[in-house]
Amino acid sequence: MTVMQAPAYRRGEYHGFEAAGSDFLYLVSAGAIFEIDEDVRAVLDRLDGSALTHAALLKGLIEDGRTAEDAEEIIVELRRARLIHLGHGDALAPAPEAPPADFPLQALVLNVTNQCNLACTYCYEFGADKIATPAGKPKYMALDTAKASVDLLIAEAVGRQAVHITFFGGETLMNFRLLRDVVDYANAATAAAGKAITYSLTTNATLLTPEIVTFLSDNRIGVTVSMDGPPDMQDRHRVFKNGKGSYAVIEPRLRTLIAHHRTRAITARVTLTEGNSDVIRIFRHLKDDLGFHEVGFAPVTTGETRAYSIDADGMDGVLAQFNQLAEEWLEYALRGEVHGFTNVSETISELIAGVNKSHPCGAGLGLMGVSPSGDLSPCHRFTDADTHVMGHVSSGIDREKQGAFLGKGHVGAKYECQSCWARPLCAGGCHHEAFVRYGDTGHANLHYCDWIRQWTDTCLRIYGVLAVRNPAFLERFAERKGLS
Amino acid sequence: MKHLRPINKKAKRIEEAVTQMEEAAAAPASDLEEDVVALQQQPRPHVPMGCSLSFSPGWEVDAGGGTAGLCQPVERDIYDCYVTCFWPVQVPDHVNYSPDWASNCATATKDWRNLDLVFP
Repeated sequence: MTVMQAPAYRRGEYHGFEAAGSDFLYLVSAGAIFEIDEDVRAVLDRLDGSALTHAALLKGLIEDGRTAEDAEEIIVELRRARLIHLGHGDALAPAPEAPPADFPLQALVLNVTNQCNLACTYCYEFGADKIATPAGKPKYMALDTAKASVDLLIAEAVGRQAVHITFFGGETLMNFRLLRDVVDYANAATAAAGKAITYSLTTNATLLTPEIVTFLSDNRIGVTVSMDGPPDMQDRHRVFKNGKGSYAVIEPRLRTLIAHHRTRAITARVTLTEGNSDVIRIFRHLKDDLGFHEVGFAPVTTGETRAYSIDADGMDGVLAQFNQLAEEWLEYALRGEVHGFTNVSETISELIAGVNKSHPCGAGLGLMGVSPSGDLSPCHRFTDADTHVMGHVSSGIDREKQGAFLGKGHVGAKYECQSCWARPLCAGGCHHEAFVRYGDTGHANLHYCDWIRQWTDTCLRIYGVLAVRNPAFLERFAERKGLS
Repeated sequence: MKHLRPINKKAKRIEEAVTQMEEAAAAPASDLEEDVVALQQQPRPHVPMGCSLSFSPGWEVDAGGGTAGLCQPVERDIYDCYVTCFWPVQVPDHVNYSPDWASNCATATKDWRNLDLVFP
């Protein structure tokens, strides 16, 4: 039985914002950003909280003083761009399609050792919230395992022109011997397969020597240094096993690294903890005093009750300082200069492309972690955890476990995300954070929702200002990041 | 597009799609011959009053978009709901009470008259 009812226009899902005196909107169904004029504003205002038939909407726009032709044209344009839609109910944007089951691998994170010479109190691999079960497994990756990893990467990177290997630990440089051999092998193997390869490495910097720096620079291996800031902050949690702080050991080594590694940007990656969250002071020290090219921050991943975890008030303080640095980033960008606050740069990259993520990151999809024993896991954070093994480099990817992990992790499977405008970028947040906090990799990171929305809004405003006042910067930025 | 200025890559792709739609809409009717646009093109196809556009009992409309002109009573139009639809509408319950409701209706297009009313 058919009931005839005139369909009505409703607004699509979007997040509106103002920047540089203009109105913008971020369209959730696509991840698209538009600057809008007052006609668009008028239509969206009329549809605020109510649905209007075509005739009613048209009439309203004409009463505002527009010609019937203009009014019709505005409605048609917005309908075609799917900013408004005609229907009988709320049409939420459909969840992005799941990537194909044979999605090609792009990167492997080789945990070349699970051993570390530091004993950072908050470490997710060894600390109170660890999920790794390394007992009885190899502590150092053998060359055969590393070669099998490279072979797997090449075999599974179907159709890709370039692949990437990240060396990770434990402390990566405790197995530096392996690195040379792996790089030699991977260079030859990828060349034979007709693919390019790039490398990166994460280290605590305690074991850097001039020879190692030369090797890293010669092989264009990007370096990320895990560190927390100036001496008092670095030495609070990043300590040796005897409790001694590590700042004095790494400082001269960092200067050597930054002075002599000329082929790649050197990045610092800071873990923020309770009492160690003076973002601006940390940034100044790492950027200006030590000379890092980029500095990125992330709050420590912990259970809720750890003394060093940052509570909501702490995160508000972090956001305020992030916003201040973001302002500075914008001032630099308006002058056409690079600022170095990674958290803004990363988000701007995603906004340029207009990503609409099915999953928060590439873990278990284009990226996998390899433990010293050769077990595959969704990423380096799940390495050596028996509960998260996803195959082995010798036997290949366990498609069933991969499918289960990705099924849970899909943004469409996260109920709370469905009403959030930031989901094209966030997609629920880190799988590992979710597991540590909620015991489920598919759980949305609910403790960060407000924070993420506010931070995304900040980055959108920056994007809007640049789009109006220095669009050339965005173009150059896209080129540099390989986005164009 | 006149009112929306795309400022990222995804927005530009939307603009391209909208531009294509605008060009298609502005093109003379002869250019649309290859296009399948359901019943939107002019002149509209001739649909005799009283006939449905498709055979899907329960979901038919007449050429005017209503049900008044259909050639069979809507009460008999629930066959499709019974057979194929997941939506819980008021159709004979083929799981519990009326498992045989459609057993005399092997081919809906020919046997629809055999569908009887059910009074709960």
